[in-house]
Amino acid sequence: MGSGPSVNGSPSAMTSEMASKRKVIFGSPFHVVAFACSTAVMLFIILPLLQMVAGPAPADLWETFKDREVLSSLWLSVYTAAIAALISFLVGTPLAYLLARRDFFGKKLVESIIDLPIVIPHPVVGIAILSLLGRGQPLGRILSSLGVRIMGSATGIIVVLTFVGLPFYLNAAKAGFESVPLRLEKVSRSLGAGPAATFCRVTFPLCWRHMLSGVIMCAARAVSEFGAVVIVAYHPMIAPVLMYERFTAYGLKYSQPVGVWLILVCLSLFLALRLVSLPIRGNHDPA
Amino acid sequence: MIQLDQLSVKLPGFRLHPISLTVEQGEFFVLLGPTGSGKTVILESIAGLVRISGGQVRVAGQDLTHLPPEQRQIGIVYQDNALFPHLTVMENIRYGLRYVSQDPEQADERVEHLIELLGLRHLVRRRPLNLSGGEKQRVCLARALSIHPSVLLLDEPLSALDPNFREDIRRVLKQLHAEFGITFMMVTHDFNEALYLADRIGIIRQGAMEQIGSAEDIFLRPDNPFVAEFVGMKNMFSGCIADGAFVFGGLHYPLPEQPAQPWTVLAVRPEDIILRRDPGFAGNIVHYPGVIEQIMPTGLGHEIGVRCLDARFRALLDRRTLQEQGFGEGDRVYLGFEAKVARLF
Repeated sequence: MGSGPSVNGSPSAMTSEMASKRKVIFGSPFHVVAFACSTAVMLFIILPLLQMVAGPAPADLWETFKDREVLSSLWLSVYTAAIAALISFLVGTPLAYLLARRDFFGKKLVESIIDLPIVIPHPVVGIAILSLLGRGQPLGRILSSLGVRIMGSATGIIVVLTFVGLPFYLNAAKAGFESVPLRLEKVSRSLGAGPAATFCRVTFPLCWRHMLSGVIMCAARAVSEFGAVVIVAYHPMIAPVLMYERFTAYGLKYSQPVGVWLILVCLSLFLALRLVSLPIRGNHDPA
Repeated sequence: MIQLDQLSVKLPGFRLHPISLTVEQGEFFVLLGPTGSGKTVILESIAGLVRISGGQVRVAGQDLTHLPPEQRQIGIVYQDNALFPHLTVMENIRYGLRYVSQDPEQADERVEHLIELLGLRHLVRRRPLNLSGGEKQRVCLARALSIHPSVLLLDEPLSALDPNFREDIRRVLKQLHAEFGITFMMVTHDFNEALYLADRIGIIRQGAMEQIGSAEDIFLRPDNPFVAEFVGMKNMFSGCIADGAFVFGGLHYPLPEQPAQPWTVLAVRPEDIILRRDPGFAGNIVHYPGVIEQIMPTGLGHEIGVRCLDARFRALLDRRTLQEQGFGEGDRVYLGFEAKVARLF
């Protein structure tokens, strides 16, 4: 008994695959078109961002960074998005698990409802939330009697960001749960582990990367929200709103530095999280 | 001992008819049936992994019907993909130990014994990803047996393996069954596996039990055409009874006794068929003249297609007999079989 056949089989298969890939590289019309299109797409994404980051003089950037208003708006943006992602994680995980593992009547409907925040125009989201939780509304009155203010508050911002970010976490987490074979959970149960132990010892270790990338996407979506926030809470100002205000009041030159800082904060945050979620090399098989 | 009493399951698009079945303590029982016949559902309902809609599951006299799977202490081994990929082989094997109340020293001893018995010593630190199919299945067996189960359920444990590993694991299964003396219940669609391993076989079709009996019983005395075809009776002819004979494809098969019921199907195993160049058959052999239509190599031997009037028989000959007799396509031959080997349904 040995691992011979399967191990010996793979290298030759790999070289033949590599050889067939190499053939495509030279000169077919398809390749020329594919290359041209890919380059266009890359430039389309990178050029505006690069131009913007390179635009403001370093002195201007430093000046903006010392601006208290900018700092507090950046901080507000980051922590409201983080809280929205955390809420999505806490509330969304059980629902995502349910959707991945169970079939029930109306499941398709539930899935469609979850995707609604993605397709609804952003200002409409803001209006909709205000029309439910605004001061004049019954639910809004109950909340304000409890001391919770939605309009023009960080709480309101978090509500909006959770609304728009939740679908991204739910879909990613659901895909993660679906990627764990049901049989693994069944075997775990048969070996004596209860549902909770099975989740902690099998399901979670196998899909936490999906969940983390869901949290990242949810936070990314939340940080970038403008349309809905501006309706629910113009003040306190999150970074995109501040940028918009400076753009309309003073012009491009004054809004750019804020944008650069927002980009930098987001990029470093997401880069860090991406690094955390990378599989650790060499951890798979010491043999 | 496993007792199923009127067990029934309803799933979307599938229905397991009430099934009653008793598997004796220490028996190797094989459930045999085509894909999609409900074999896995029966196993999973014994393990408590599917919701049953009615009936009772008892193991060793204890009613398990309403117990969750983690309290049943029943091992299950699936066809593939059931090792925890993020754990090493050793962690996989020891996964369930913490849930079983046993002396830790005894548990360690048991695990060591299993590792030795299954030849896994050199693999314990590896992860399952790059193990061969046979190695993976050995680890699955060790993991399932480590919790000291009273019953081991095997869901097509050999189907996903290469032929050489399949034989190896088949031998391992037999060895484990002899060594541990616990009840094995296996599901497969391969009759040869069943024949090799089983003390008794149950044949299932579309959620209903067709026949239960010893391997020999099922092989030689199938109860109905479905079972007959499943166990390799490739010659099945529909016909009717007339004048003390069964008439099929223009041929007469003399009935040895009064027909017990209005039979409509006659079945003969291809390896029971004898081909000769002359009609000099000895003994109680029914024979018909025919023409060889086709000779097909099948690996172990050759399958010979012979047409006798409107009936097309298939016979199985080994290479040597075929060479000695020098049969070729288009040859006129006499085809015979012992009267008692034919089954009528």
